[in-house]
Amino acid sequence: MNWLSAHGRAMQLALARLIAAPLNTLLSILGIGILLALPAGGQWLLEHLAALGRGAAATPQLTIFLQVEAERPAAEEIVARLKKRAEVAKVELLAREDTLERMKRQESLADVIAALPKNPFPDAIVVTPADENPVTLEALATEARQWRQVEAVQIDSDWARRLSALLHLARIGLGLLATLLGLGLVAITFNTIRLQVLTREAEVEVSRLLGATDAFIRRPFLWYGALLGLFGGAMAWLIVAAAMFALRLPVAELAQLYGIELELALPTLPFSAMLLGAAAFLGWLGAALSLRQQLRAP
Amino acid sequence: MIRFDRITKRYPPDITALAEISAEIGAGELVAITGHSGAGKSTLLKLIPAIERPTAGSLLFNGQNVGALPPRALPFLRRNMGLVFQDQKLLFDRNALANVLLPLEIAGFPPREARRRAEAALDKVGLLKRAKAMPIALSGGEQQRLAIARAVVHRPALLLADEPTAHLDTDTARDVANIFIEFHRVGVTVLVATYDASLFPSARCLALSQGRLV
Ligand SMILES: Nc1ncnc2c1ncn2[C@@H]1O[C@H](COP(=O)(O)OP(=O)(O)OP(=O)(O)O)[C@@H](O)[C@H]1O
Ligand SMILES: [Mg+2]
Repeated sequence: MNWLSAHGRAMQLALARLIAAPLNTLLSILGIGILLALPAGGQWLLEHLAALGRGAAATPQLTIFLQVEAERPAAEEIVARLKKRAEVAKVELLAREDTLERMKRQESLADVIAALPKNPFPDAIVVTPADENPVTLEALATEARQWRQVEAVQIDSDWARRLSALLHLARIGLGLLATLLGLGLVAITFNTIRLQVLTREAEVEVSRLLGATDAFIRRPFLWYGALLGLFGGAMAWLIVAAAMFALRLPVAELAQLYGIELELALPTLPFSAMLLGAAAFLGWLGAALSLRQQLRAP
Repeated sequence: MIRFDRITKRYPPDITALAEISAEIGAGELVAITGHSGAGKSTLLKLIPAIERPTAGSLLFNGQNVGALPPRALPFLRRNMGLVFQDQKLLFDRNALANVLLPLEIAGFPPREARRRAEAALDKVGLLKRAKAMPIALSGGEQQRLAIARAVVHRPALLLADEPTAHLDTDTARDVANIFIEFHRVGVTVLVATYDASLFPSARCLALSQGRLV
Protein backbone atom coordinates (compact mmCIF):
# COMPACT_ATOMS: atom_id res chain seq x y z
CA MET A 1 0.00 0.00 0.00
CA ASN A 2 2.76 2.36 0.98
CA TRP A 3 4.74 1.32 -2.08
CA LEU A 4 1.68 1.76 -4.23
CA SER A 5 0.87 5.23 -2.96
CA ALA A 6 4.51 6.24 -3.37
CA HIS A 7 4.29 5.25 -7.04
CA GLY A 8 0.91 6.92 -7.36
CA ARG A 9 2.37 10.18 -6.13
CA ALA A 10 5.47 9.87 -8.30
CA MET A 11 3.23 9.32 -11.32
CA GLN A 12 1.11 12.35 -10.49
CA LEU A 13 4.25 14.41 -10.11
CA ALA A 14 5.57 13.21 -13.47
CA LEU A 15 2.22 13.97 -15.13
CA ALA A 16 2.19 17.45 -13.61
CA ARG A 17 5.70 18.06 -14.93
CA LEU A 18 4.70 16.86 -18.40
CA ILE A 19 1.69 19.16 -18.39
CA ALA A 20 3.70 22.08 -17.02
CA ALA A 21 5.72 22.19 -20.27
CA PRO A 22 3.04 21.37 -22.85
CA LEU A 23 4.93 22.35 -25.99
CA ASN A 24 8.02 20.41 -25.00
CA THR A 25 5.93 17.41 -24.08
CA LEU A 26 3.91 17.54 -27.28
CA LEU A 27 7.02 17.72 -29.44
CA SER A 28 8.61 14.79 -27.63
CA ILE A 29 5.43 12.75 -27.97
CA LEU A 30 5.19 13.58 -31.66
CA GLY A 31 8.83 12.65 -32.21
CA ILE A 32 8.45 9.34 -30.43
CA GLY A 33 5.12 8.70 -32.18
CA ILE A 34 6.59 9.14 -35.65
CA LEU A 35 9.62 7.08 -34.70
CA LEU A 36 7.46 4.18 -33.54
CA ALA A 37 4.77 4.50 -36.24
CA LEU A 38 7.21 3.30 -38.92
CA PRO A 39 8.05 -0.14 -37.47
CA ALA A 40 4.59 -0.53 -35.90
CA GLY A 41 2.78 0.25 -39.16
CA GLY A 42 5.16 -1.98 -41.09
CA GLN A 43 4.64 -4.82 -38.65
CA TRP A 44 0.89 -4.41 -38.84
CA LEU A 45 0.88 -4.51 -42.67
CA LEU A 46 3.15 -7.52 -42.53
CA GLU A 47 0.68 -9.37 -40.36
CA HIS A 48 -1.99 -8.79 -43.00
CA LEU A 49 0.24 -10.10 -45.77
CA ALA A 50 1.33 -13.08 -43.70
CA ALA A 51 -2.30 -14.03 -43.11
CA LEU A 52 -2.83 -13.76 -46.86
CA GLY A 53 0.13 -16.03 -47.56
CA ARG A 54 -1.17 -18.63 -45.10
CA GLY A 55 -4.60 -18.66 -46.77
CA ALA A 56 -3.09 -19.15 -50.22
CA ALA A 57 -0.50 -21.73 -49.36
CA ALA A 58 -3.19 -24.01 -47.95
CA THR A 59 -4.85 -24.35 -51.37
CA PRO A 60 -2.29 -24.31 -54.16
CA GLN A 61 -4.01 -23.88 -57.49
CA LEU A 62 -3.17 -23.93 -61.13
CA THR A 63 -4.57 -21.31 -63.46
CA ILE A 64 -4.50 -22.04 -67.19
CA PHE A 65 -4.94 -18.97 -69.41
CA LEU A 66 -6.04 -19.64 -72.97
CA GLN A 67 -5.14 -17.49 -75.90
CA VAL A 68 -7.51 -14.58 -76.33
CA GLU A 69 -8.65 -15.78 -79.70
CA ALA A 70 -9.30 -19.35 -78.48
CA GLU A 71 -12.80 -20.68 -79.08
CA ARG A 72 -15.03 -21.74 -76.23
CA PRO A 73 -15.15 -25.45 -77.34
CA ALA A 74 -11.38 -25.60 -76.98
CA ALA A 75 -11.69 -24.43 -73.38
CA GLU A 76 -14.47 -26.92 -72.67
CA GLU A 77 -12.42 -29.68 -74.21
CA ILE A 78 -9.54 -28.91 -71.85
CA VAL A 79 -11.89 -28.83 -68.86
CA ALA A 80 -13.22 -32.24 -69.80
CA ARG A 81 -9.69 -33.57 -70.23
CA LEU A 82 -8.66 -32.32 -66.80
CA LYS A 83 -11.72 -33.70 -65.08
CA LYS A 84 -10.75 -37.23 -66.11
CA ARG A 85 -7.40 -37.06 -64.35
CA ALA A 86 -6.91 -38.58 -60.92
CA GLU A 87 -4.64 -35.87 -59.56
CA VAL A 88 -7.28 -33.19 -60.18
CA ALA A 89 -9.94 -32.50 -57.57
CA LYS A 90 -11.83 -29.58 -59.07
CA VAL A 91 -11.91 -27.70 -62.34
CA GLU A 92 -13.56 -24.35 -62.85
CA LEU A 93 -13.94 -22.40 -66.08
CA LEU A 94 -13.78 -18.62 -65.77
CA ALA A 95 -15.43 -17.39 -68.99
CA ARG A 96 -13.86 -14.22 -70.44
CA GLU A 97 -17.24 -12.43 -70.55
CA ASP A 98 -17.63 -12.96 -66.79
CA THR A 99 -14.13 -11.70 -66.10
CA LEU A 100 -14.89 -8.58 -68.14
CA GLU A 101 -18.09 -7.96 -66.17
CA ARG A 102 -16.29 -8.41 -62.88
CA MET A 103 -13.58 -5.96 -63.84
CA LYS A 104 -16.12 -3.40 -65.10
CA ARG A 105 -17.64 -3.32 -61.66
CA GLN A 106 -14.30 -2.07 -60.39
CA GLU A 107 -14.93 1.65 -60.22
CA SER A 108 -11.40 2.68 -60.94
CA LEU A 109 -11.18 0.39 -63.98
CA ALA A 110 -14.60 0.90 -65.50
CA ASP A 111 -13.51 3.82 -67.70
CA VAL A 112 -10.38 2.11 -68.91
CA ILE A 113 -12.23 -1.05 -69.85
CA ALA A 114 -15.07 0.81 -71.54
CA ALA A 115 -12.51 2.48 -73.77
CA LEU A 116 -11.10 -0.83 -75.00
CA PRO A 117 -12.31 -1.96 -78.43
CA LYS A 118 -12.68 -5.60 -77.39
CA ASN A 119 -12.52 -7.87 -74.37
CA PRO A 120 -8.85 -8.13 -73.38
CA PHE A 121 -9.35 -11.01 -70.97
CA PRO A 122 -8.85 -14.62 -71.99
CA ASP A 123 -10.79 -17.64 -70.82
CA ALA A 124 -9.18 -19.09 -67.74
CA ILE A 125 -9.37 -22.50 -66.09
CA VAL A 126 -8.68 -22.85 -62.38
CA VAL A 127 -7.52 -26.31 -61.31
CA THR A 128 -7.47 -27.48 -57.71
CA PRO A 129 -5.24 -30.56 -57.34
CA ALA A 130 -6.23 -33.58 -55.25
CA ASP A 131 -3.02 -33.49 -53.27
CA GLU A 132 -0.85 -30.59 -52.29
CA ASN A 133 2.38 -32.10 -53.49
CA PRO A 134 4.10 -29.32 -55.43
CA VAL A 135 5.80 -31.87 -57.70
CA THR A 136 2.46 -33.18 -59.01
CA LEU A 137 1.29 -29.65 -59.62
CA GLU A 138 4.53 -28.74 -61.35
CA ALA A 139 4.24 -31.76 -63.67
CA LEU A 140 0.67 -30.92 -64.56
CA ALA A 141 1.65 -27.31 -65.28
CA THR A 142 4.50 -28.38 -67.57
CA GLU A 143 2.18 -30.68 -69.47
CA ALA A 144 -0.57 -28.08 -69.79
CA ARG A 145 1.86 -25.58 -71.28
CA GLN A 146 2.21 -27.90 -74.32
CA TRP A 147 -1.52 -27.99 -75.00
CA ARG A 148 -2.96 -26.22 -77.99
CA GLN A 149 -4.33 -22.70 -77.50
CA VAL A 150 -2.87 -22.47 -74.01
CA GLU A 151 -1.17 -19.11 -73.56
CA ALA A 152 0.21 -19.42 -70.03
CA VAL A 153 0.03 -21.60 -66.93
CA GLN A 154 0.49 -20.16 -63.50
CA ILE A 155 0.94 -22.04 -60.27
CA ASP A 156 -0.81 -19.91 -57.72
CA SER A 157 1.25 -21.15 -54.82
CA ASP A 158 4.21 -19.66 -56.65
CA TRP A 159 3.30 -16.20 -55.55
CA ALA A 160 2.62 -17.55 -52.07
CA ARG A 161 6.15 -18.91 -51.96
CA ARG A 162 7.53 -15.67 -53.33
CA LEU A 163 5.44 -13.76 -50.85
CA SER A 164 6.72 -15.82 -47.98
CA ALA A 165 10.33 -15.23 -49.06
CA LEU A 166 9.56 -11.54 -49.41
CA LEU A 167 7.90 -11.47 -46.01
CA HIS A 168 10.93 -13.10 -44.51
CA LEU A 169 13.11 -10.38 -45.92
CA ALA A 170 10.67 -7.68 -44.87
CA ARG A 171 10.61 -9.08 -41.36
CA ILE A 172 14.37 -8.90 -41.03
CA GLY A 173 14.38 -5.37 -42.41
CA LEU A 174 11.60 -4.38 -40.08
CA GLY A 175 13.40 -5.94 -37.13
CA LEU A 176 16.47 -3.86 -37.93
CA LEU A 177 14.35 -0.75 -38.33
CA ALA A 178 12.53 -1.40 -35.06
CA THR A 179 15.81 -1.90 -33.22
CA LEU A 180 17.27 1.31 -34.58
CA LEU A 181 14.18 3.39 -33.91
CA GLY A 182 13.77 1.77 -30.48
CA LEU A 183 17.31 2.92 -29.71
CA GLY A 184 16.25 6.32 -30.98
CA LEU A 185 13.42 6.36 -28.46
CA VAL A 186 15.79 5.40 -25.67
CA ALA A 187 18.11 8.21 -26.77
CA ILE A 188 15.27 10.74 -26.78
CA THR A 189 14.14 9.89 -23.25
CA PHE A 190 17.75 9.64 -22.10
CA ASN A 191 18.34 13.21 -23.14
CA THR A 192 14.96 14.48 -21.94
CA ILE A 193 15.59 13.04 -18.49
CA ARG A 194 19.13 14.41 -18.49
CA LEU A 195 17.72 17.90 -19.00
CA GLN A 196 15.04 17.27 -16.40
CA VAL A 197 17.64 16.30 -13.82
CA LEU A 198 19.72 19.35 -14.67
CA THR A 199 16.81 21.73 -14.20
CA ARG A 200 15.91 19.99 -10.94
CA GLU A 201 19.40 19.83 -9.54
CA ALA A 202 18.49 21.98 -6.52
CA GLU A 203 15.49 19.84 -5.74
CA VAL A 204 17.53 16.65 -5.99
CA GLU A 205 20.24 18.05 -3.73
CA VAL A 206 17.84 19.37 -1.09
CA SER A 207 15.80 16.16 -1.14
CA ARG A 208 18.96 14.17 -0.47
CA LEU A 209 19.85 16.43 2.45
CA LEU A 210 16.37 16.05 3.88
CA GLY A 211 16.60 12.27 3.88
CA ALA A 212 15.23 11.19 0.52
CA THR A 213 16.24 7.72 -0.64
CA ASP A 214 17.60 7.15 -4.12
CA ALA A 215 14.36 5.40 -5.02
CA PHE A 216 12.34 8.45 -3.95
CA ILE A 217 14.45 10.73 -6.12
CA ARG A 218 14.43 8.44 -9.14
CA ARG A 219 10.76 7.49 -9.14
CA PRO A 220 9.26 10.66 -10.69
CA PHE A 221 11.94 10.70 -13.39
CA LEU A 222 11.32 7.05 -14.24
CA TRP A 223 7.59 7.71 -14.48
CA TYR A 224 8.32 10.73 -16.61
CA GLY A 225 10.24 8.56 -19.07
CA ALA A 226 7.67 5.76 -19.04
CA LEU A 227 4.74 8.15 -19.53
CA LEU A 228 6.53 9.93 -22.34
CA GLY A 229 7.08 6.54 -24.02
CA LEU A 230 3.49 5.51 -23.39
CA PHE A 231 2.03 8.70 -24.86
CA GLY A 232 4.45 8.44 -27.77
CA GLY A 233 3.20 4.87 -28.30
CA ALA A 234 -0.38 6.13 -28.28
CA MET A 235 0.60 8.74 -30.85
CA ALA A 236 2.16 5.99 -33.00
CA TRP A 237 -1.07 4.01 -32.69
CA LEU A 238 -3.07 6.98 -33.93
CA ILE A 239 -0.70 7.46 -36.85
CA VAL A 240 -0.92 3.76 -37.80
CA ALA A 241 -4.71 3.79 -37.43
CA ALA A 242 -4.98 6.89 -39.62
CA ALA A 243 -2.72 5.33 -42.23
CA MET A 244 -4.77 2.11 -42.26
CA PHE A 245 -7.93 4.14 -42.65
CA ALA A 246 -6.51 6.12 -45.54
CA LEU A 247 -5.07 3.03 -47.27
CA ARG A 248 -8.04 0.74 -46.72
CA LEU A 249 -9.92 1.38 -49.99
CA PRO A 250 -6.94 1.71 -52.36
CA VAL A 251 -5.35 -1.43 -50.97
CA ALA A 252 -8.58 -3.41 -51.15
CA GLU A 253 -9.04 -2.36 -54.80
CA LEU A 254 -5.48 -3.16 -55.69
CA ALA A 255 -5.76 -6.55 -54.03
CA GLN A 256 -8.96 -7.32 -55.87
CA LEU A 257 -7.14 -6.86 -59.15
CA TYR A 258 -5.09 -9.86 -58.12
CA GLY A 259 -8.20 -11.70 -57.05
CA ILE A 260 -7.27 -11.32 -53.41
CA GLU A 261 -9.50 -10.12 -50.65
CA LEU A 262 -7.47 -7.84 -48.43
CA GLU A 263 -9.10 -5.48 -45.98
CA LEU A 264 -6.82 -3.45 -43.73
CA ALA A 265 -8.10 -3.43 -40.16
CA LEU A 266 -7.32 -1.29 -37.15
CA PRO A 267 -4.62 -2.76 -34.89
CA THR A 268 -6.04 -5.48 -32.66
CA LEU A 269 -6.04 -5.22 -28.90
CA PRO A 270 -3.01 -7.52 -28.37
CA PHE A 271 -1.06 -5.66 -31.04
CA SER A 272 -1.96 -2.29 -29.50
CA ALA A 273 -1.07 -3.49 -26.01
CA MET A 274 2.29 -4.73 -27.31
CA LEU A 275 2.97 -1.38 -28.97
CA LEU A 276 2.09 0.66 -25.88
CA GLY A 277 3.92 -1.71 -23.54
CA ALA A 278 7.09 -1.67 -25.63
CA ALA A 279 6.97 2.14 -25.91
CA ALA A 280 6.51 2.62 -22.16
CA PHE A 281 9.30 0.14 -21.44
CA LEU A 282 11.74 1.85 -23.80
CA GLY A 283 10.91 5.23 -22.27
CA TRP A 284 11.50 3.82 -18.81
CA LEU A 285 14.77 2.26 -19.99
CA GLY A 286 16.03 5.56 -21.39
CA ALA A 287 15.19 7.27 -18.10
CA ALA A 288 16.82 4.53 -16.01
CA LEU A 289 20.05 4.68 -18.04
CA SER A 290 20.08 8.46 -17.82
CA LEU A 291 19.59 8.41 -14.05
CA ARG A 292 22.28 5.80 -13.63
CA GLN A 293 24.70 8.11 -15.36
CA GLN A 294 23.66 11.26 -13.53
CA LEU A 295 22.46 10.45 -10.05
CA ARG A 296 25.52 8.62 -8.84
CA ALA A 297 25.45 9.26 -5.12
CA PRO A 298 28.02 11.94 -4.31
CA MET B 1 22.99 11.89 22.09
CA ILE B 2 26.00 13.04 20.07
CA ARG B 3 29.61 12.25 20.85
CA PHE B 4 32.63 13.62 19.01
CA ASP B 5 35.72 11.59 19.72
CA ARG B 6 39.01 13.12 18.51
CA ILE B 7 37.42 14.20 15.26
CA THR B 8 39.66 15.62 12.55
CA LYS B 9 38.38 16.88 9.22
CA ARG B 10 40.73 17.75 6.42
CA TYR B 11 39.60 19.13 3.05
CA PRO B 12 41.78 18.61 0.01
CA PRO B 13 44.36 19.73 -0.73
CA ASP B 14 45.55 20.49 2.80
CA ILE B 15 42.99 22.42 4.80
CA THR B 16 42.44 21.28 8.36
CA ALA B 17 38.93 22.46 9.15
CA LEU B 18 38.66 20.57 12.44
CA ALA B 19 41.44 19.14 14.61
CA GLU B 20 41.04 16.61 17.40
CA ILE B 21 37.58 17.71 18.48
CA SER B 22 36.13 15.84 21.44
CA ALA B 23 32.77 16.84 22.85
CA GLU B 24 29.51 15.40 24.05
CA ILE B 25 26.01 16.77 23.57
CA GLY B 26 23.22 15.35 25.65
CA ALA B 27 19.56 14.98 24.70
CA GLY B 28 17.58 18.16 25.38
CA GLU B 29 20.60 20.48 25.40
CA LEU B 30 20.83 23.85 23.70
CA VAL B 31 24.35 24.32 22.39
CA ALA B 32 25.78 27.34 20.59
CA ILE B 33 28.84 26.78 18.40
CA THR B 34 30.79 30.02 18.10
CA GLY B 35 33.97 31.11 16.42
CA HIS B 36 35.41 33.35 13.72
CA SER B 37 34.64 32.91 10.07
CA GLY B 38 36.42 29.77 8.87
CA ALA B 39 36.74 28.37 12.38
CA GLY B 40 34.96 25.17 11.32
CA LYS B 41 31.42 25.70 12.66
CA SER B 42 29.66 24.62 9.47
CA THR B 43 31.97 21.67 9.07
CA LEU B 44 31.22 20.49 12.59
CA LEU B 45 27.47 20.64 11.95
CA LYS B 46 27.79 18.89 8.58
CA LEU B 47 29.45 15.88 10.16
CA ILE B 48 26.33 14.98 12.16
CA PRO B 49 24.00 14.23 9.19
CA ALA B 50 27.04 12.81 7.33
CA ILE B 51 27.03 15.54 4.70
CA GLU B 52 30.78 15.48 5.35
CA ARG B 53 32.68 12.51 6.75
CA PRO B 54 35.41 12.85 9.38
CA THR B 55 38.96 12.22 8.19
CA ALA B 56 39.85 10.70 11.57
CA GLY B 57 38.08 10.01 14.85
CA SER B 58 34.55 8.80 15.42
CA LEU B 59 31.19 10.46 15.70
CA LEU B 60 28.43 8.65 17.53
CA PHE B 61 24.79 9.62 17.11
CA ASN B 62 22.46 7.68 19.40
CA GLY B 63 25.18 5.05 19.65
CA GLN B 64 25.60 4.71 15.86
CA ASN B 65 28.98 5.45 14.30
CA VAL B 66 27.87 8.00 11.71
CA GLY B 67 31.20 8.02 9.87
CA ALA B 68 30.91 4.33 9.13
CA LEU B 69 27.30 4.26 7.90
CA PRO B 70 26.82 2.95 4.34
CA PRO B 71 25.28 5.45 1.89
CA ARG B 72 21.93 3.70 1.82
CA ALA B 73 21.52 4.24 5.58
CA LEU B 74 22.03 8.01 5.35
CA PRO B 75 18.45 8.98 4.40
CA PHE B 76 17.15 7.34 7.54
CA LEU B 77 19.83 8.98 9.68
CA ARG B 78 18.89 12.39 8.29
CA ARG B 79 15.18 11.96 8.94
CA ASN B 80 15.96 12.05 12.66
CA MET B 81 17.19 15.62 12.33
CA GLY B 82 15.97 19.01 11.28
CA LEU B 83 18.52 20.96 9.23
CA VAL B 84 18.68 24.72 8.73
CA PHE B 85 21.44 25.43 6.25
CA GLN B 86 23.66 28.48 6.18
CA ASP B 87 22.45 29.18 2.64
CA GLN B 88 18.92 28.00 3.50
CA LYS B 89 18.51 25.89 0.37
CA LEU B 90 14.87 26.82 -0.17
CA LEU B 91 13.34 25.67 -3.45
CA PHE B 92 12.32 28.73 -5.42
CA ASP B 93 10.11 26.89 -7.91
CA ARG B 94 7.36 26.22 -5.36
CA ASN B 95 5.47 28.12 -2.70
CA ALA B 96 6.19 28.20 1.04
CA LEU B 97 3.75 25.42 1.85
CA ALA B 98 5.23 23.12 -0.77
CA ASN B 99 8.71 23.78 0.61
CA VAL B 100 7.58 22.73 4.07
CA LEU B 101 5.77 19.67 2.67
CA LEU B 102 8.94 18.26 1.10
CA PRO B 103 10.37 16.49 4.21
CA LEU B 104 6.97 14.93 4.88
CA GLU B 105 6.65 13.65 1.31
CA ILE B 106 10.13 12.20 1.63
CA ALA B 107 9.14 10.46 4.84
CA GLY B 108 5.98 9.13 3.17
CA PHE B 109 3.30 10.92 5.18
CA PRO B 110 -0.24 10.64 3.77
CA PRO B 111 -1.12 13.90 1.96
CA ARG B 112 -3.84 15.07 4.33
CA GLU B 113 -1.77 14.53 7.48
CA ALA B 114 1.22 16.14 5.77
CA ARG B 115 -0.76 19.25 4.92
CA ARG B 116 -2.05 19.57 8.46
CA ARG B 117 1.46 19.32 9.87
CA ALA B 118 2.96 21.70 7.34
CA GLU B 119 0.37 24.33 8.17
CA ALA B 120 1.04 23.86 11.88
CA ALA B 121 4.78 24.34 11.28
CA LEU B 122 4.18 27.50 9.24
CA ASP B 123 1.89 28.77 11.98
CA LYS B 124 4.58 28.18 14.58
CA VAL B 125 7.02 30.47 12.74
CA GLY B 126 4.30 33.01 11.99
CA LEU B 127 4.10 32.36 8.24
CA LEU B 128 0.73 30.68 7.87
CA LYS B 129 -0.66 33.75 6.09
CA ARG B 130 2.17 33.52 3.55
CA ALA B 131 1.70 29.80 2.86
CA LYS B 132 0.97 30.39 -0.83
CA ALA B 133 3.77 32.91 -1.32
CA MET B 134 6.81 31.99 -3.37
CA PRO B 135 10.09 32.18 -1.40
CA ILE B 136 11.36 34.95 -3.66
CA ALA B 137 8.48 37.12 -2.42
CA LEU B 138 9.49 36.67 1.24
CA SER B 139 11.78 38.98 3.20
CA GLY B 140 15.13 37.70 4.48
CA GLY B 141 13.72 37.08 7.95
CA GLU B 142 10.67 35.33 6.50
CA GLN B 143 12.85 33.11 4.35
CA GLN B 144 14.88 32.22 7.42
CA ARG B 145 11.69 31.34 9.31
CA LEU B 146 10.49 29.30 6.33
CA ALA B 147 13.73 27.33 6.44
CA ILE B 148 13.11 26.69 10.14
CA ALA B 149 9.54 25.55 9.49
CA ARG B 150 10.85 23.04 6.94
CA ALA B 151 13.43 21.80 9.45
CA VAL B 152 10.95 21.17 12.26
CA VAL B 153 7.87 20.02 10.32
CA HIS B 154 8.58 16.32 10.86
CA ARG B 155 9.19 16.96 14.59
CA PRO B 156 12.79 15.82 14.79
CA ALA B 157 14.42 15.26 18.17
CA LEU B 158 17.53 17.13 16.99
CA LEU B 159 17.67 20.53 15.32
CA LEU B 160 20.88 21.69 13.60
CA ALA B 161 21.02 25.32 12.50
CA ASP B 162 23.91 27.02 10.73
CA GLU B 163 23.95 30.80 11.32
CA PRO B 164 20.16 31.15 11.23
CA THR B 165 20.38 34.79 12.30
CA ALA B 166 23.02 35.96 9.85
CA HIS B 167 22.11 38.99 7.72
CA LEU B 168 19.11 39.83 9.89
CA ASP B 169 18.61 43.09 11.78
CA THR B 170 18.84 42.92 15.57
CA ASP B 171 15.12 42.60 16.25
CA THR B 172 14.49 40.01 13.57
CA ALA B 173 17.55 38.05 14.71
CA ARG B 174 16.16 38.03 18.21
CA ASP B 175 12.77 36.75 16.97
CA VAL B 176 14.40 33.94 15.02
CA ALA B 177 16.68 33.02 17.94
CA ASN B 178 13.63 32.85 20.18
CA ILE B 179 12.01 30.29 17.90
CA PHE B 180 14.96 27.97 18.59
CA ILE B 181 14.79 28.68 22.30
CA GLU B 182 11.09 27.73 22.15
CA PHE B 183 11.90 24.40 20.54
CA HIS B 184 14.57 23.77 23.12
CA ARG B 185 12.02 24.48 25.85
CA VAL B 186 9.69 21.74 24.55
CA GLY B 187 12.47 19.16 24.65
CA VAL B 188 14.20 19.35 21.25
CA THR B 189 17.98 19.14 21.26
CA VAL B 190 19.27 22.23 19.47
CA LEU B 191 22.71 22.94 17.99
CA VAL B 192 23.20 26.43 16.57
CA ALA B 193 26.27 27.79 14.89
CA THR B 194 26.35 31.54 15.46
CA TYR B 195 28.70 34.45 15.59
CA ASP B 196 26.53 36.11 18.24
CA ALA B 197 26.21 33.86 21.28
CA SER B 198 24.39 36.59 23.18
CA LEU B 199 21.25 35.74 21.19
CA PHE B 200 21.17 32.40 23.04
CA PRO B 201 21.84 33.34 26.65
CA SER B 202 20.69 29.98 28.00
CA ALA B 203 22.93 27.98 25.68
CA ARG B 204 26.09 26.07 26.47
CA CYS B 205 28.91 27.45 24.33
CA LEU B 206 31.34 25.43 22.23
CA ALA B 207 33.92 27.93 21.01
CA LEU B 208 35.99 27.03 17.97
CA SER B 209 39.14 28.69 16.78
CA GLN B 210 41.17 27.51 13.80
CA GLY B 211 39.38 24.17 13.99
CA ARG B 212 40.10 23.59 17.66
CA LEU B 213 37.88 23.81 20.71
CA VAL B 214 38.95 26.60 23.05
N1 LIG C 1 34.18 21.88 0.74
C1 LIG C 1 35.32 22.46 1.17
N2 LIG C 1 36.46 22.29 0.50
C2 LIG C 1 37.60 22.84 0.94
N3 LIG C 1 37.70 23.59 2.03
C3 LIG C 1 36.59 23.80 2.75
C4 LIG C 1 35.35 23.27 2.35
N4 LIG C 1 34.41 23.64 3.25
C5 LIG C 1 35.07 24.39 4.16
N5 LIG C 1 36.37 24.48 3.87
C6 LIG C 1 37.38 25.18 4.67
O1 LIG C 1 37.32 24.66 5.97
C7 LIG C 1 37.46 25.71 6.90
C8 LIG C 1 36.26 25.74 7.85
O2 LIG C 1 35.11 26.07 7.09
P1 LIG C 1 33.67 26.21 7.73
O3 LIG C 1 32.71 26.43 6.61
O4 LIG C 1 33.42 25.06 8.60
O5 LIG C 1 33.83 27.54 8.58
P2 LIG C 1 32.72 28.33 9.39
O6 LIG C 1 33.19 28.39 10.79
O7 LIG C 1 31.40 27.78 9.13
O8 LIG C 1 32.85 29.76 8.73
P3 LIG C 1 31.69 30.83 8.44
O9 LIG C 1 31.41 31.48 9.75
O10 LIG C 1 32.34 31.80 7.47
O11 LIG C 1 30.54 30.11 7.88
C9 LIG C 1 37.62 26.99 6.11
O12 LIG C 1 38.98 27.27 6.04
C10 LIG C 1 37.08 26.65 4.76
O13 LIG C 1 37.78 27.36 3.77
MG1 LIG D 1 29.72 28.38 8.17
